Amino acid sequence: MIKTEKLTKRFGDKQAVDGLTLEVESGEVFGFLGPNGAGKTTTIRMLAGLIAPTAGTAWIGDLTLGQQDDAIRSRVGILTESPGLYDRLGVARNLEFFAALYDVEDIPAQVEKYLRMLGLWDRRHDPAGTLSKGMRQKLAIARALLHEPAVLFLDEPTSALDPEAARLVREFLSTLKHEGRTIFLCTHNLDEADRLCDRIAVFNTRLLALDTPTALRRNLYGRTVVFHLSQIEPRFARRLEDFDFVHGVQAMDNKLVVTLDSPETQNPPLIRALVEAGADVQFVGEIRRTLEDVYLQLVERSGSPEIA
Amino acid sequence: MHKTWVVTRKEWAEVFKNRFVLFTIAFLPLMLTALPLGILYGIRSSGDAGLSSTEIPSQFTQICEGLVGEECAQYYLVSTFMVLYMLMPLAIPVTIAAYSIVGEKATRTLEPVLATPISTLQLLGGKALAASIPAILVTWLGFGIFAIGVRLMSVNPAVAARLLDPVWLVAVFIVGPLLALAAVSVAVMVSSRVNDPRVAEQVSMLVILPLLGLFFGQIAGLIYVNGRLILLMAGVLVVADVVLSFFATQLFERETILTRWK
Ligand SMILES: Nc1ncnc2c1ncn2[C@@H]1O[C@H](COP(=O)(O)OP(=O)(O)OP(=O)(O)O)[C@@H](O)[C@H]1O
Ligand SMILES: [Mg+2]
Repeated sequence: MIKTEKLTKRFGDKQAVDGLTLEVESGEVFGFLGPNGAGKTTTIRMLAGLIAPTAGTAWIGDLTLGQQDDAIRSRVGILTESPGLYDRLGVARNLEFFAALYDVEDIPAQVEKYLRMLGLWDRRHDPAGTLSKGMRQKLAIARALLHEPAVLFLDEPTSALDPEAARLVREFLSTLKHEGRTIFLCTHNLDEADRLCDRIAVFNTRLLALDTPTALRRNLYGRTVVFHLSQIEPRFARRLEDFDFVHGVQAMDNKLVVTLDSPETQNPPLIRALVEAGADVQFVGEIRRTLEDVYLQLVERSGSPEIA
Repeated sequence: MHKTWVVTRKEWAEVFKNRFVLFTIAFLPLMLTALPLGILYGIRSSGDAGLSSTEIPSQFTQICEGLVGEECAQYYLVSTFMVLYMLMPLAIPVTIAAYSIVGEKATRTLEPVLATPISTLQLLGGKALAASIPAILVTWLGFGIFAIGVRLMSVNPAVAARLLDPVWLVAVFIVGPLLALAAVSVAVMVSSRVNDPRVAEQVSMLVILPLLGLFFGQIAGLIYVNGRLILLMAGVLVVADVVLSFFATQLFERETILTRWK
């Protein structure tokens, strides 16, 4: 649904996006993670036809960026970094204006549909300026959906919200996910990305990694298993290091922390070896890496663009 | 509904909810209509123009044609005010246009608008209409009130009749709208480069300088507003409007406007 090829944006001599190549499937929720200044907003702006790439190309469905921008703008919805509402105009009036610009056919029906869906119907006559931050964000999301776009770009939809409002927005996004829309989600919230996204790209001017959340965690670290022993002796660790599939062993207190790829098949021989060597195995557990660990490791390796 | 008109209506809904802008729009026409009427009234009750026929610049007496003495003096005053009158179609759209474009930059509402399939011409056209229609209507209304006032105060029927002269009709109904369009184009150009609505308004206000020049020129006896000058102005403005509005759409670079924030 979205395809980019060596998409690049320079501002003067500042490289904001460098040769981004990726493909987002139709109906997929695609997470786009990166630190401040990584070029996320710039990427979204290019894909939504707001600014032109310096080099490279992209396609939305079968439309080519730079050649069919108006058609692309009708096909995609965008939640911009700041909600950008007309504070003096009423909630419904804000949506009616954008519905007309998007050539929506039945404007009152679409406006009502989304106001009700987002719980703003009762506030429809109030000036948008009187809404709380969470409601403003929801109104901005409604605005992006009025023309039923096939692709939805969301630039940090929950970043300025309190946990409760963020949860409401997130729940709404997961209902959207079931409607089969393609969603391109920029976020700083790794937990959110982990829960909502089918695949995640970690990005910092360049693409650093792209995979499912589970695969990202596994590929980067392998998996980590902890053996709790009643007491520890150096030969236990040495015994485990003899196995080819063990990537590393660390002894801590009375625990052995082992990195390997597949605990399901590799734990049993390790346990047998430990027992044969005279160890008393009390518990065996797995340490689950969070996406945050993965993210931080990738970003630290790439260096922060804000400092560079 | 055409998108240009959609933009215009949204603009009005917003602008007319802003008391400050509304005040600026209403104040100028009120003042420019009340002031000349007040002065004319003062002259009439003092029984004498305070300005005898000998004080009128001699060149102006040619323009007076059939009018002599007192009548000519009054017509001289009225026509000087009429120059001031053309400030309205210049100043009012500048206020609205500066607010409507730079204001959208400041509140970050421009980005979602530019994300819709709207052309630059539709967007700027909508804003230009939103700014110039009220200015033109207010000018016409002000002219109507002024014309009626002049007649009611029976300054002099012959002088009052002169107000419906083709010269002033061309000035109000053709030069006025052309001035409004020029002002909007300048405001759009300035707005694309500036981030503060007040700065945009002040810079754009420079467009009234040539007109003020005309006003003081007439007072100083250097220039006289007559039919030829008005027609010349109309001709120059048609060319200026084409050039200015072309540059206004060219200078409105979406990308610069969106990203020059950081
Ligand atoms: N007009 C511009 N001129 C120069 N540099 C720019 C311009 N616009 C953006 N940049 C730079 O490009 C880089 C990417 O900016 P961008 O806004 O895309 O980052 P981001 O990933 O969205 O960051 P954030 O998480 O803070 O929103 C930043 O270093 C920014 O300073
Ligand atoms: Mg951003």
